[in-house]
Amino acid sequence: MSILTTTSVADAVSRTHTISILVENRFGAFVRVAGLFSAKGYNIDSISVGPTEDDSVSRMTIVTHGDDGIIEQITKQLNKLIDTLKVTDLTYEPLVERDLALIKVQTTPETRSEIMQIVEIFRAKIIDISPKTLTVEAVGSSEKVDAIIKMLKPFVIKEIARTGRVALKREYYGEVE
Amino acid sequence: MTPSKESSPSAAHRTMTGFEIFVRSLIEEGVEVVFGYPGGAVIGIYDALHDISDIKHILTRHEQGAVHAAEGYAKASGKTGVALVTSGPGATNTITGIADAYMDSVPIVVFTGQVPLNLIGNDAFQEADIVGITRPITKHNYLVRNLGELTSTIKEAFYVASTGRPGPVLVDLPKDVLGGKTAFEYPKTISMRSYNPHVEGHLKQLEKAAALIARAKKPVFYVGGGTILANASDELRKIVKKTNIPVATTLHGLGAFPENDPLSMGMLGMHGTWFANTAVQHCDVLIAVGARFDDRVTGKPEAFAPNAKKIHIDIDPSAISKNVKCDVPIVGDVKNVLHKLLPMVAPCDTKDWLKDIRQWKAEHPLRYKNGEHIRMQHVIQQLGAITNGNAIIVSDVGQHQMWTAQFYTFMHPRTQITSGGLGTMGFSLPASVGAAFARTDVPIVSISGDGGIQMNIQEMATIVQYKLPVKIFILNNGYLGMVRQWQELFWKKRYSSVEMTGPNYVKLAEAYGMPGYSASRTEEVEGAIRRALDTPGPVLVEFKVVKEDNVYPMWPAGQTYNEMMDVPEDELSGVAGEDPISEELVTFSKG
Repeated sequence: MSILTTTSVADAVSRTHTISILVENRFGAFVRVAGLFSAKGYNIDSISVGPTEDDSVSRMTIVTHGDDGIIEQITKQLNKLIDTLKVTDLTYEPLVERDLALIKVQTTPETRSEIMQIVEIFRAKIIDISPKTLTVEAVGSSEKVDAIIKMLKPFVIKEIARTGRVALKREYYGEVE
Repeated sequence: MTPSKESSPSAAHRTMTGFEIFVRSLIEEGVEVVFGYPGGAVIGIYDALHDISDIKHILTRHEQGAVHAAEGYAKASGKTGVALVTSGPGATNTITGIADAYMDSVPIVVFTGQVPLNLIGNDAFQEADIVGITRPITKHNYLVRNLGELTSTIKEAFYVASTGRPGPVLVDLPKDVLGGKTAFEYPKTISMRSYNPHVEGHLKQLEKAAALIARAKKPVFYVGGGTILANASDELRKIVKKTNIPVATTLHGLGAFPENDPLSMGMLGMHGTWFANTAVQHCDVLIAVGARFDDRVTGKPEAFAPNAKKIHIDIDPSAISKNVKCDVPIVGDVKNVLHKLLPMVAPCDTKDWLKDIRQWKAEHPLRYKNGEHIRMQHVIQQLGAITNGNAIIVSDVGQHQMWTAQFYTFMHPRTQITSGGLGTMGFSLPASVGAAFARTDVPIVSISGDGGIQMNIQEMATIVQYKLPVKIFILNNGYLGMVRQWQELFWKKRYSSVEMTGPNYVKLAEAYGMPGYSASRTEEVEGAIRRALDTPGPVLVEFKVVKEDNVYPMWPAGQTYNEMMDVPEDELSGVAGEDPISEELVTFSKG
């Protein structure tokens, strides 16, 4: 759980949702969204913000969880914010999603090649190297990123920096990832 | 020079300071009165206001008072209230008022001064991040970062505050931004791609609602403050009359439907009437109109109106199914929706249902025993009888507020002003200041307990300075009565920090410069009320009432209708009470 996680009202029948929000790219818009989650006691599992093809609009991708009633309230409350242009719950849509992690792993001459094999299997990249560490860039679904982290854990992970999930609705159902 | 009268195009495009532009923008918005308090960061605005005769500035004695006054003005008039304060402490003092307006959906715009842009974040003198502080308690807020966006921001602020589900909007004005000069041109139109409140009720949903109503045997209208905010009382009256469906209102819904009508059941909820709550609990179709299923109305939400199909009309989509699952949601403006629904509904056969309700009214009316010492209920009931519903009643928070809701017969919308959602003690006196600027044709009566009155008592000076005809009624029982009641009923009568003293209110009135007198016997009540209403200008009346008295019916917080307690029998039989001899039982029911 991330430090952003707050207590949910009804964790019992909760499931994970990916919600995409387009907001006016204005001073304070991000804080309004984040503040809404903390004020109402909703969970944020991850949040990512960035510009879009239109300079005046930002996209936030929020991964949250809750039961249907809570998710319905979250979407309604997000829509209620004056700066919100559009809220889409991507959970029930075909979507493409990516998560990125930079993982700094401790290495020895004995473990280095094994780590590099794991990196290869996950189609990740080594982006920095030092006598005692390797830094791996892993991109993929959050499950894939979770999996490579799990595989690297036995070698001692020194640091992880991870983005939140970003996602878009798929345009063509049959497309191969 | 009289800049306020100028309206020639050349004048409109003349270069002006931001201070002047600010004031002229308010005039463009039709603002007639501003409640505020000057200070360093807004001194330029006050300088610009000095020349303006189109806008009255009312100097309250505390910034909280200014915001409550703006609320009182907005609630009584239906227009948007305006408050203007300085930076730092001036801004932070507005917070309670803003939170109050947010909870009760009151359209107000609060302008706060701010330190110059380059000092923001520097812990400058009288700096506070008021935009950050008020973000969760405003509908929206703005920091004006350059002079070019001042007029469009003001336009947006008034638009956002007054449309959709109304609410408070705050605009933070850095001193240096307004110190600049530019041409004044006020935007004529407004378009916000991210904000388009949904006004029109969906036809399919209306049809579903009409079908449910047609089949209903025991329908009830549950009417909230949204009906009054939408100015939909006429539409409500028409549809109620056509369908013969009884009406229960929330605290803020009082006045939306005339309470002397046989179809009125008064207020529902924790301290609602026995009959309104019983009807809601037994109804088969509940039509919620501009109400939000607040916990003080529903008690335990699962147990609220358990047998009813629920139709919910509200302009705020997030209010629907938030607390209680609703069967037919209709998102839209209450006025618009009721207007469209009216021709779609037929008269309901509610004869048997209304008979049940009449029986509940007869069995469990509101009641109390009148004796030598004054009961608050009696003061309120008398006030109702004397004013005949033609007054603005501004109540505070606590026992007297609930008794006002119960024992006053509200007849017209916007005549009942109180702090419902936030429950802000100290609301009444400053709110009555605002109401006095909204309505000059009816008496303004501010009712407070001895607790609440002392929370914003400084506004007596405002009332005197502007010679406002506010009738200040203090119902003094020497206790924080509602807390005492809870301690009595649920905390083994351990009275912890609820007994309180106050000043000599009659002398205080005199000290502030208004007439004041007190009454302590039941026989004096009627005369005291008449005298106050007949006295021109402000007047203070202290009613010394029975010290320990409880508001009934009530159910404990979070409980259900089944736990509703009516007035205990021993109290009615004269065993309890302070003066059991010569007591007379008074019963009162709505409709």
